[in-house]
Amino acid sequence: MTTLEQTTAPKSTSTLSRAKLTPWAPWLVIVVATALASLIVLLGSWSWYAVPFLAVLFVIIGLPAWSAAIEGRRAAMDRLATCLVWTSLLVALVPLVWVLTEVVLKGVPELSLSFITHDMQQKLDPVTYKMAAGAGVAHALVGTLLITAAATVISVPVGLMTAVYLVEYGAKSRVARWTTLLVDVMTGIPSIVAGLFALALFTLLFGNGTRSGLMGAVALSLLMIPTVVRAGEEMMRLVPDDLREASYALGVSKWRTIVKVVIPTAFGGILTGVMLAVSRVIGETAPLLVAVGSLDLMNANIFSGRMQTLPVYILTEYKKSTPEDYNLAWAGALLLILIVMVLNLVARIISHVFAPPSNERR
Amino acid sequence: MTTHEPTTDASLSSARRSDRGDRIFSGLARAAGLTILVSLAAVFVFLLLQGLDGFHADRQYYEPSASGFLGYVLKLLFGTALAAVIAMVIAVPFAVGVALFLSHYAPRRLATPIAYVIDLLAAVPSVVFGLWGARTLAGLSQPFQAWLNHHLGWLPFFSGEVSATGRTILVAGVVLAIMVLPITTAICREVFARTPRLNEEAALALGATRWETIRYAVFPHARSGMIAGMMLGLGRALGETMAVTMVLSAGGPLMTWQIITSNNPATIASNIAARFNGEDVGIQSVLLATGLILFVFTFAVNFLARWAIARGERKFA
Repeated sequence: MTTLEQTTAPKSTSTLSRAKLTPWAPWLVIVVATALASLIVLLGSWSWYAVPFLAVLFVIIGLPAWSAAIEGRRAAMDRLATCLVWTSLLVALVPLVWVLTEVVLKGVPELSLSFITHDMQQKLDPVTYKMAAGAGVAHALVGTLLITAAATVISVPVGLMTAVYLVEYGAKSRVARWTTLLVDVMTGIPSIVAGLFALALFTLLFGNGTRSGLMGAVALSLLMIPTVVRAGEEMMRLVPDDLREASYALGVSKWRTIVKVVIPTAFGGILTGVMLAVSRVIGETAPLLVAVGSLDLMNANIFSGRMQTLPVYILTEYKKSTPEDYNLAWAGALLLILIVMVLNLVARIISHVFAPPSNERR
Repeated sequence: MTTHEPTTDASLSSARRSDRGDRIFSGLARAAGLTILVSLAAVFVFLLLQGLDGFHADRQYYEPSASGFLGYVLKLLFGTALAAVIAMVIAVPFAVGVALFLSHYAPRRLATPIAYVIDLLAAVPSVVFGLWGARTLAGLSQPFQAWLNHHLGWLPFFSGEVSATGRTILVAGVVLAIMVLPITTAICREVFARTPRLNEEAALALGATRWETIRYAVFPHARSGMIAGMMLGLGRALGETMAVTMVLSAGGPLMTWQIITSNNPATIASNIAARFNGEDVGIQSVLLATGLILFVFTFAVNFLARWAIARGERKFA
């Protein structure tokens, strides 16, 4: 496309081509629009928030109008579309930046060593001799790590074996096609429904009022399995058939080929996929709220009793609605985002380290 | 001969052993695949079993907003649909715009990092979005909502008394829109990029501008994929819990078109999260029943979307 554009763009001023705006016209319009917006805000003594709004508005109106006057209607439409596309990108980036800065600004002051080493249990203050609530996330961190680890232990074998089935055994059979479709559908299950499922299952098995970290793990693995399947499937399909055939030619059976050749070759990609899946479920709140509940103390036994988890901790503190608890909620949010981002980053690094096999061999 | 016997025997037995290994392994793989199908069915069955009492529970559980399950769940469905529609109205234009940027407008060096950044949006946990929506966005947008009410109050949506806290279903919809954006963008971008190159080049060769190329070559080709992407976004918006629960201050099952008052309709998911009570079995079964309805709806929406995508892929493969 780009090459074509270059060749069709008139280089000389032939009579066949219409007048065109100079290449720096958009920049000029942006500068003028910003200046105009600032001037209006200054004169009208409006809030400074209005400047970007007005500037973008002026560009969207101004550039196409100028273009319409010189280049004609069709070019003006094209300019308008370009303006709108760029605007939508800028607007889409606003919430991400805004959320991240807000979480960092409000979370950092509260973040300290005692925050991650204490739970919320009421304790006698040795100085004032009054009962005071603790201010920490230790119990929530432990809960989140245990429950997520348990969910990973459940999801990875099931997810990987399903991927093996889809790639190596199912081929193009009808069952495999339906499984693929339903795995995709499963990625869209509302997380709270997964929590309700775990609740219903364990209530039926163990009676009313059952709560345990394991229930949360079951709920999370329902959300995690489809992501693992997709990642595993994609990566195993990338493994060149030559490798499999070479293994078969040496008389190696199919299952050993899969275990010794296919999975090791795809290992980096699979690991990346699993880590991304973990980073998705580690922030899930609704299923844990329903299935695990919340607790102010440490409970490191995932087989019985309520546990606290980081996302639910944020929610609990938020619901208490005092300034101190809001601060704790923000600090928890910062911690959670840090964990998610680190997982994401590590996943990317892993996928770089284990580059695709075809590149490695040549 | 005698020297050959043992080796063939050994290879035979090893072949048999690997044969058994193969059978076990393929059995395991098949079982895992089946587990997924079974677990989907299990979600439906267990919700139904445990929620069965919720369909005809005591009146007190449905009051004050309704007297029976049907009225209760219909009002919740209304709230769910309203929040999702607000989210989609806001998200879809931006999603299409960003997808177009990534597939057709971006300089190549920008496209990959920006796609990554948009994906990061999907990685931010919903509870953080909820916290931000309720504590930051709601307060900051309150004057704007008052402005809407003052100037556009004659529209039914913006009528009524403006919420003083700004925690309204409109803000919840905006937060949902942010959460829906990545998935819709990703699908749209994929289908835009899959437009046959020849169609685009033909349009350009006829002298079409970039916008006309997109309008007449890309969009017609991508229409079904775009709709599928929107439906996936819709499925996410229907089921999202935390953001709505945290932003809406109170809210129960109610039907109103006013989206900036302090009387906000709850969604199915937010109602479950807000009213869930570990001790009360009655309310639990009612909420499980509404959860079943939510599951059926989102399943249908997602299924249609994925089916459309799968069909599209096979058509163009």
